[in-house]
Amino acid sequence: MTSAPAIICQGLTRKFGSFTAVDSISFEVAQGEVFGFLGANGAGKTTAIRMLTGLLQPTGGQAWVAGHDVYSEVEAVKRSIGYMSQRFSLYDDLTVRENIEFYGGIYGLRKTELHQKSGDLIERLDMEAEANSMIRSLPLGWRQKIAFSVAVLHEPAIVFLDEPTGGVDPITRRQFWDLIYEKAAQGVTVFVTTHYMDEAEYCDRVSIMVDGRIEALGSPAELKKGHGVDSINDLFVLLARGGKRGDA
Amino acid sequence: MKAFRGFVIKEFFHIFRDRRTLVILFGMPIIQMMLFGYAIRNEVQDVQVAVVDWAHDSASEAITDRLEASRYLQVVPGIEHQDIERAFRRGEAKVAVTFPRNFERDLILGESPTVQVITDATDPNTANTVLAYVTAAIGTYQIEVLTTSGGARPASIVLEPRMRFNPELRSVVLFVPGLIALILMLVCALMTSITITREKEIGTMEILLVSPLRPGQIIVGKVMPYLVLSLVNVVTILLLASQVFLVPIRGSLTLLLAECFLFIICALALGIFISTRTSTQQVAMMISLAGLLLPTVILSGFIFPVASMPAPLQIVSHIVPAKWFLIVIRGIMIKGVGLEAIWQETLVLVGMTTVFLVASVRGFNVRLAD
Repeated sequence: MTSAPAIICQGLTRKFGSFTAVDSISFEVAQGEVFGFLGANGAGKTTAIRMLTGLLQPTGGQAWVAGHDVYSEVEAVKRSIGYMSQRFSLYDDLTVRENIEFYGGIYGLRKTELHQKSGDLIERLDMEAEANSMIRSLPLGWRQKIAFSVAVLHEPAIVFLDEPTGGVDPITRRQFWDLIYEKAAQGVTVFVTTHYMDEAEYCDRVSIMVDGRIEALGSPAELKKGHGVDSINDLFVLLARGGKRGDA
Repeated sequence: MKAFRGFVIKEFFHIFRDRRTLVILFGMPIIQMMLFGYAIRNEVQDVQVAVVDWAHDSASEAITDRLEASRYLQVVPGIEHQDIERAFRRGEAKVAVTFPRNFERDLILGESPTVQVITDATDPNTANTVLAYVTAAIGTYQIEVLTTSGGARPASIVLEPRMRFNPELRSVVLFVPGLIALILMLVCALMTSITITREKEIGTMEILLVSPLRPGQIIVGKVMPYLVLSLVNVVTILLLASQVFLVPIRGSLTLLLAECFLFIICALALGIFISTRTSTQQVAMMISLAGLLLPTVILSGFIFPVASMPAPLQIVSHIVPAKWFLIVIRGIMIKGVGLEAIWQETLVLVGMTTVFLVASVRGFNVRLAD
């Protein structure tokens, strides 16, 4: 990890009127790292992600994503990232292949490249038989894998996953994390938020946000040792208890 | 540009794979056209007229013949004067015409005999129209008698009503322009507000916004298919109207289509505006139905003339785009006027469209992701 960090945040802040949703957060994420971004509901995770993905302008501080300034180079930021939200975000009434080709298309992939990639992807996911089925006919776990694969189809440097495993069973979640590791091994930086504390243990490093601030940052092992707790879950409860916002 | 084309194609998939959307897009215009063309009419046809003839002279019979000859009326014989009310109640007659004794003699002597016309005003519209027919029939007879008898009688003022532009008073002529406005509102505003909020609801809007597509491209991509389909609908309605219902298109077809295009853009802008302010399909639909379709039907002059509304409603009607569009389109289609007669209304529409576009683009950038 000698190359430049994939994400740099320096005092990144977002205020909505008098309310400070994200309060001067600073961290770096290295290339190829799996970075867990934890926090209770309302802690400011979503606002932070929206600033890093170019959906929302920060009101203070600085940030670079894949080397691009989030203020002045929003278009370049958007081109170098992939994004998957908690709602899977595929079109129910399009087939597997149509979804893949549509999303590839909006990232500007050429037609021949698109055919090639979607063919490869369908083969890799072992979904040849379902390639022309509507998304709505597939089980949730499959859709989620497709959604992830679609988010990284254009080979972004960084992929943001916003609670990607909500509502699926532990086995499917495990398989999903295998996909994540596979991508990370190829050098893709993974920025993931989750509600499941066991998943936090899978990350290279995690940060825990409380009331808009980052209260803990480090590898799961370091953090547990440093705070004298047995699991990330215990640490999370310990830190979140000090928080005033949210419901955790 | 390639990304944009893929986007539009995707949008067509959504439309052609959803049966409900298809029905609204293509079924509605035709069904409504048939409904308004055949079923919903406010002109009268085959109205039963009871003739109570106490005179039985050539004058009363000539007038009765005249009523009989009208395609709007149907003379029911054999009803006595005391039975009129009962006939009304049973629905056997809607109008009763009674000729007094010595009708012809009094007429020739210039003694102004009284013909009694009683109408069943349960349906005031029909009552009025029939009254006018009967009066006209008597009037024409009077003129003929006076002229054939050598004009010796004192001249009386004779009205000669002429219905311009729509001499047969066919209601379909009146409804077609309103129908175009209604369907364009339905397709453009309702459907676009639903299709955009749908992307928000299922979460794909977020993905689109994170992608390199610009917000403007997303919006244009979403509304483009509806723009095309609306134009198809306009042409369909115009064809149906002119070929099946023989509604005239007297003015310039190019001008007509251009004005329709303007109204489509206006309605699309309204649809986008609604979708930037709502996040669920249901709310978008409610707002479109109550806020756009209802005024388009009720306040635009489509069915009820604006001039006969109470003053506060007349003021409200000024902000209903369809009101201005109706004036424009009725002018072009039925009166055959050119831009010089309708430039003010056109300008109002252009102004409204601009306001809605600016408002929706502003709202879009800020709130689309919510």
